[in-house]
Amino acid sequence: LGSLNCVEWSLLPPATEEMVARAEQLKGRFHGDPSFEYECTEINAEDAERLFEGGKELMIKEESRLVATIEQIDRAVGIIPRGAFVKTPLGSVHENRNFEGLSLTEAKKLSSYFHFTEPVNLKDKTLLEKADLDPSTDFLDSLEHDIPPGSWTVQLEKGDTVVVLRSLLWLGLTFYHVPMTKQYGYVYFGTGEKNLDLPFML
Amino acid sequence: MAEPHRDPPPRAVPREEQEWGRRDRPGPEQDSGQPPLADSGPGREPYQPRQSEPGPASYVRQGADESQGLGKHIYQPPAPGRDPHQAQDQRGSAGQTHAPGHELYQSQSPSPHLYRPPGAEQASYKLQIPELNSSQRYLLGQGSHHAQESRQSMYQSYALGLDPYQTQEPKSAYRTYAVGQDPYQAYDGGHGPYQPHEPGYGLYQPGYSPYDDQILDPKSRTLAIQNAKAFLLKSSTASGMNLYDHLANMLTKILDEQPTNAVDIIENISKDVKWAQFQKKMDTLRDEHEILPTFEAAEKRKALFLKANGEGDEELEEEGETPLPNVMETAFYFEQAGIGLSKDESYHIFLALKKLISVQPVRTCRFWGKILGLEMNYIIAEVQYHEGEEEEETEDEEGIEEGGKGMGEVEDEYEKNEKEDEPPKSTYKPPPVIPKEENGTGANKYVYFVCNEPGKPWVKLPPVTPAQIVCARKIKKFFTGRLDAPVVSFPPFPGNEANYLRAQIARISAGTHISPIGFYQFAEEEGDEEEEGGGGRDTYEENPDFQPPSVAEMVDSLSMWVHHGQSILKQGRCVWFNPFQKSEEEEEEEEEEEKAEEPDELQQEIGPPLLTPLSEDEGIQNIPAWTAQSSTNLIPQYAVAVLQSNRWPGAYAFAAGKKFDNIYIGWGHKYSPENHAPALPPPVQAEYPSGPEITETRDPTLEEELAFRAAKEEALAAAEEEEDEEDDVEDDEEEEDD
Repeated sequence: LGSLNCVEWSLLPPATEEMVARAEQLKGRFHGDPSFEYECTEINAEDAERLFEGGKELMIKEESRLVATIEQIDRAVGIIPRGAFVKTPLGSVHENRNFEGLSLTEAKKLSSYFHFTEPVNLKDKTLLEKADLDPSTDFLDSLEHDIPPGSWTVQLEKGDTVVVLRSLLWLGLTFYHVPMTKQYGYVYFGTGEKNLDLPFML
Repeated sequence: MAEPHRDPPPRAVPREEQEWGRRDRPGPEQDSGQPPLADSGPGREPYQPRQSEPGPASYVRQGADESQGLGKHIYQPPAPGRDPHQAQDQRGSAGQTHAPGHELYQSQSPSPHLYRPPGAEQASYKLQIPELNSSQRYLLGQGSHHAQESRQSMYQSYALGLDPYQTQEPKSAYRTYAVGQDPYQAYDGGHGPYQPHEPGYGLYQPGYSPYDDQILDPKSRTLAIQNAKAFLLKSSTASGMNLYDHLANMLTKILDEQPTNAVDIIENISKDVKWAQFQKKMDTLRDEHEILPTFEAAEKRKALFLKANGEGDEELEEEGETPLPNVMETAFYFEQAGIGLSKDESYHIFLALKKLISVQPVRTCRFWGKILGLEMNYIIAEVQYHEGEEEEETEDEEGIEEGGKGMGEVEDEYEKNEKEDEPPKSTYKPPPVIPKEENGTGANKYVYFVCNEPGKPWVKLPPVTPAQIVCARKIKKFFTGRLDAPVVSFPPFPGNEANYLRAQIARISAGTHISPIGFYQFAEEEGDEEEEGGGGRDTYEENPDFQPPSVAEMVDSLSMWVHHGQSILKQGRCVWFNPFQKSEEEEEEEEEEEKAEEPDELQQEIGPPLLTPLSEDEGIQNIPAWTAQSSTNLIPQYAVAVLQSNRWPGAYAFAAGKKFDNIYIGWGHKYSPENHAPALPPPVQAEYPSGPEITETRDPTLEEELAFRAAKEEALAAAEEEEDEEDDVEDDEEEEDD
């Protein structure tokens, strides 16, 4: 759901892989006009041929770019605290109603937060590590091994009552959690651009 | 329900009389039906009593009681064909144990409900477990009271509101269903043996006598009870606890705390009890008083809230105009635009600024903004000193510089004297160091103080040098939050994080400090224009006749806004400095030696003059440099014009009538659509091109030399022979020479 003025909302189309791939090539700010069309100027000759063959357009609407960006952000930096979601033996994942929040010490550690997407690194762990995992709660990738290391900042605010994680890869993504309570969430305020300079900046 | 036991008094009586006393609980419950459980109140003490007997540790008792109840087969739950719940009912009535008195039990049915809270399962049991729970006040008064019942199984107790502690009697648990009788019989002495299948069976068994009612298949029942109890007592392999104990604990807790709607939160209660297991073990050691981090933080901030010295306060008041900015007001306006920090934080910053000005002699002070960092953030205040106040620090720096120069001169002379002996002096002269601007002008117009959090002491940032600004333009690094952190980058940044921070602040201020047109005007100056090749005016003052344009105008056109922050030239200064206008001494020295090699004079750099409107700001690609919005379209009278910078994401400015302000909240980096490409290291210096002149050749070896000499002599000899005829003397001479 998207809106320009918080009053009128319109349903955004779901993101497809193709949209995401094309939107990744676009740079620069968003314009604010969902129907604005971008021209793909940076594709290689090969891609251009392929695209031409497919008869596809080279114009991308801002709406698609928006959707693709949202999808990218969610996929890359959407995080949840450990234990908030559990996996049943049948494989389905659902919210853990008994989740009472992380403790203060746990909340300071990056390993207590997971990416809320299909795990990528889980299989690469050594067997020893896997043995320590609790399959019902540890079925997602933790933030510890994000590349480059240090791409998250953890800060305690408000007299140590709120822990705030900020992503440095997508500047503007802020995740908050109040330890020992069920409150957590993340929001993104920003220009919608990935921070590709991250390795230089750390 | 005080009288769950409405049952025939005799029953009740026996029950009460029961040591267990528990009965009472169950009793009333039974009748009244469950609510009594909750109260366990009326006449509930029975629980207590029961407890007394069995006590929370009733287990023990139960053990003892077991013997009695054992015979009962708790497991009859299904037996009577009652569902467990029914059993509850029955139990409820169980307390009543009047088997025949189902009705009683019915009444008790409420009790089952009562028992529910402790655990629905119990319900069924409850009725039946009169004995079990001493604590089972809730026990529907069922046999739980019977201590013996306890063995019935804790469940029964639960069910009946029996003490969980009664867990020892697992059997009873099952029993409840079954027979309630047995347990009940324990206390229901008065009532006849109730058949298990009868509702209310086993609830009240005040006069439960072991020998009563062990009619039906006592042995098998006993066995069943034992089995049930054993099952409950079985320890879990994962946690080492057993169900019996857990249930007992849970029920006790419930009975003690009597939460409302216990049935709804039973799972949480269960979890809490489990969690509490861990705490118990540390009872022997008293935890040292843990200071909550919140408390610590509050302590720090407390200092902010304390009033400054009395003197300071008085002075401020007298002045009338306080340099303290009204941070809350500014925060309010920014909030209209959706920008800003939380109220708490704003207020803390407010107080922190107040402290700052009471410590430092400042003329004006402003909350500049907040820069986020990796470990900690920076809160920045922009300050202007009273004139004449700030010279202390600069003296040190000047002293150092002069010392350096002195050294330089001495070295030069020294080297000249020994020129012959020294290796060739490098003719490389590093590019002249561009001196920083004086404090109070140009890039160093304001002094900045930073702190990591309001409440921490303010640290003054050193003035910025042009070299730092130039370098800061080339690098892009995150701030860590520690001022003394080194900035590792290429090109190497001259300074640590404090300098980098200061440089970024300078750039941001220069690029984004704007005000409505007309707010500031140039002071009337004469003759300034001639200096420095038209550097432009660099001071401004408030315009007393400022008429604020309307918000709509402010938003519509960018020309209504002007920069009041002086822009920084490429050189790194606001006012161009010609490095080749050196002191005359140096120039003279160089004239002779290197004039020829001196690079071309730098072009004078000109930047946009002060107070240029924003419309002249160039955008990035096709995005304008600023985005203007009104804070709300709905209430134009009170709308605020807000500007966001696109070049420095995070810089905002607002204007509302006569008020305006700038703020920066962000990471401290400039926006660039292209990726940051750090400068490459300079190419490796080429060596002197090799050629025959300088190519070394091998020295000739001895043989070669001799051969060469021989050849040479032969040539001479040949020449001599030719001359032999001419001159014999020569031959002789040559022979002599040889």
